[in-house]
Amino acid sequence: MRPDMPNYNARSQLEIQSITRRKFLNSIGIVSGGLLLGGTVIGNEGLFADVMLKESAQSKGLAFNLFVHIADNSQVTIMCHRSEMGQGIRTGLPQVVADELQADWSKVRVEQALANPDYGDQNTDGSKSVRDFYAVMRHMGATARMMLEQAAANHWQVPVGDVAAKDHAVHHQATGRKLSFGDLAQDAAALPTPAKEALVLKSVEQFNLIGKSVPIVDMDDMVTGNTVYGQDVQLPNMLYATISRWPVVGAKLKKVVDSEARKVRGVEDVIRMPAQSRPVKFNAQSGVAVLASNSWAALKGREKLQLEWRDGGSGDHDSIEFSREMVEKVKTKGSVARERGDFYKQIKRSTRSVEAVYTVPYQPHQPMEPPAATAWFHDGIMEVWACVQNPQSARDEVASLLGLAKRKVVVHVTLLGGAFGRKSKADFVCEAAYLAHRSRRPVKVFWSREDDIKHDYYHAISAQYYQAGLDADGSVNAWLQRTSFPTIASIFTRMIWWPSAGELSQGFVDAPIDTQHQSFESHSADAHVRIGWMRSVANIHHGFGLGSFVDEVAVAKAIRVTDMWRELLGNRSTVTPEEDGADYKNYGESLDRYPIEVKRFKNLIDVVEASTDMHANLPKGQGWGFSMHRSFASYVAVATRVEIADGVVKVLDMHAAIDCGLVVNPDRVKSQIEGAMVFGLTIALMGGISVKQGRVEQSNFDDAPITGMQQCPPMTVHIVSGQDELPGGVGEPGVPPVAASVTNAIFAASGQRIRDLPVNQFFEV
Amino acid sequence: MVTRLIINGEAVALDLDQDMPLLWAVRDELGLTGTKFGCGKGLCGACTVHLDGQPVRSCKITLASVAGRTITTIEGLSVDGSHPVQQAWRDHNVPQCGYCQSGQIMSAVGLLIGNPDPSDIQIDEAMRGNLCRCGTYPRIRAAIKTAAKVSQWEPSS
Repeated sequence: MRPDMPNYNARSQLEIQSITRRKFLNSIGIVSGGLLLGGTVIGNEGLFADVMLKESAQSKGLAFNLFVHIADNSQVTIMCHRSEMGQGIRTGLPQVVADELQADWSKVRVEQALANPDYGDQNTDGSKSVRDFYAVMRHMGATARMMLEQAAANHWQVPVGDVAAKDHAVHHQATGRKLSFGDLAQDAAALPTPAKEALVLKSVEQFNLIGKSVPIVDMDDMVTGNTVYGQDVQLPNMLYATISRWPVVGAKLKKVVDSEARKVRGVEDVIRMPAQSRPVKFNAQSGVAVLASNSWAALKGREKLQLEWRDGGSGDHDSIEFSREMVEKVKTKGSVARERGDFYKQIKRSTRSVEAVYTVPYQPHQPMEPPAATAWFHDGIMEVWACVQNPQSARDEVASLLGLAKRKVVVHVTLLGGAFGRKSKADFVCEAAYLAHRSRRPVKVFWSREDDIKHDYYHAISAQYYQAGLDADGSVNAWLQRTSFPTIASIFTRMIWWPSAGELSQGFVDAPIDTQHQSFESHSADAHVRIGWMRSVANIHHGFGLGSFVDEVAVAKAIRVTDMWRELLGNRSTVTPEEDGADYKNYGESLDRYPIEVKRFKNLIDVVEASTDMHANLPKGQGWGFSMHRSFASYVAVATRVEIADGVVKVLDMHAAIDCGLVVNPDRVKSQIEGAMVFGLTIALMGGISVKQGRVEQSNFDDAPITGMQQCPPMTVHIVSGQDELPGGVGEPGVPPVAASVTNAIFAASGQRIRDLPVNQFFEV
Repeated sequence: MVTRLIINGEAVALDLDQDMPLLWAVRDELGLTGTKFGCGKGLCGACTVHLDGQPVRSCKITLASVAGRTITTIEGLSVDGSHPVQQAWRDHNVPQCGYCQSGQIMSAVGLLIGNPDPSDIQIDEAMRGNLCRCGTYPRIRAAIKTAAKVSQWEPSS
């Protein structure tokens, strides 16, 4: 029997789940087995992706376009095609649509879109949802609004110029008549869509939702536990699977003994995953899966597996040793990526020189929700529910793995319990799809915390060398930066060792340093673990290196670090890496639309100085640190105050200022900057993993800690908003300046310069 | 062997392994997925529930040890999401991704039951075991103070 389930998203599961929960709570007796939902979530008739989309659309009213649906009862449904991982996008983008639509926000519901290229890019990555879709969302809202207005004008037989949409209805000003969106939906949806050129958009002054701190749409569910993340998906007859994966990337499985695992109560099957080799891509890793009737049985069963592996080439990778080699390498000349004047000649003429080497270890993402995906192969369709940042990539990977047409793979996006770049790789979805295809039952693959920490796509380990040459009058005329780190491209291509232009564009070749002579160089590095992008990516280490070194030069010159930044920023209006030979990517934006503006940096210095007493005398053992950084077309400055007593560093206070141009939801920008400061504190104070014999040494939050409540200082965030500017990124740009602001503060407090993260190698934190 | 316990006010009996952590019984068998899996080792607090009114990490206690006892999960904290701590979470727009927030709320309620007017240091001590990778700590701290002002605190049941 097929229940009436036209709505194929996580929300619909939630509704079903609520019903069955109530049912459960009304019953008293033995509850066992895994069947929690009152029926199948999905119909079992021949369902194809396009059919499903059509049915889904019917459930939410008439489609005005891909993103806007209006029902007869005036309910507006706005599709969110980007993944929600805490940045507030399920609120922000629909807010933009609803504003142009003149909708009443209380009559708007947001529905999560399936993977579907019709929506355009769904890869929720690179802090670009608002950058890329702000204009599109306004168009979607305006289109629907103008269709509603036209329908009303037709109804009243008046010129369309005499009517206007407001508060979820269209009004005829002259007569005071009005028709609700619901009244008009039928006629309006049948009208032709206005051409883009004909769209009349609201002016900034007319916005009533854009620029407002609208509470997040999932708030009620989040505070009542009524949310569905990847880990929470449950289907009838579902198996829970855990996988014992290769201990070393590229290792070969020699022997599997699974007899003890199979004896564990609840274990139903043991399945060997396909053997993998490099490049690892987004493939499922080699390993052996234990499938059971509940999570606990799967975990217990996995412990009983006896596996023998041959390590292969990365079995001797030692991250400490590797870091030492990188440090030596960056002391030598590298491949030039940006050059002005003649650094090497000038440095010899300099009166003084300052130099330093900085290292940052591999960083794990550690989202609070470890990766998880549920898959069910039925009726020729592979249907997936997963916490993915890039649903279209997940769909394509699964189709390719199983030899299915893409339209036979349906990907539902759940809420993401944090992601930070980890969940843009669909390896865990491939695992679930493979096992579901093999077992012909729904399978949830859930990663444990140990799986997450030991088998991540890590932020790259790195070393950087900086040198500055000072003239007799103290002016800085020569500037050298070198960077080395394994490239993310190594997961896609075997024979690649050099950072890409895109990675070097992240806080390296675009460093806002305006000296007469300069050289920016990169070095090769091998990849021995899976390397991946993590919140702000190469800006993490470049922000730490540059932010630390500017402070070191300021100390050498005995001037304030803020004045050092002002001096190095120079007097030009923009930073122009392309004029100095750099292949600068600017986060996919043109430099005409998104130039690197010196005045915006300088303004943030002023804002943070005004917000703090950072130049005042502090009690002994305390110090302020400052740094700033542009990334993802936004600018962030951070000042941090620390106290050091008895070898313990305590962060006392943090102030940040962000200039991200137009702001859709100020509270969510503020929350992202608060979060970025906490994320940056983890990187600075305690973050990172080490690798020995190719194996990640850490396993859980005890040996790979993250910042806790007791380490989190009060935070002040200033949003320097230009509502007439283009929007910049928000999710990532707060991270890069944090670590240097912390280590600079430690120097100010103690005189000890920390050039190798994390701080807890030197101080208790 | 059957384990009997009271969960969110209802008596239930579970025919499961006695060594199964309460977390998996609650999530997989009872479908109460508001209680989250974050570490499995009592290190992150995402799985916090109340056992006889006290916050505990459900990933670290076995079914055997909760037989005959009373459990409250986030779903049972209030019938309509109107608990003062839930309301304070709304007032301060606390959640980002939301994943850890059930555990944060259950720990915060536990703190306030024992200490209706906690200082910053007492909040830090009570909440340090509840990790949040999104970094909502400043708002959690503020929300706990707001909740502390509005209510008399009694153990949940």
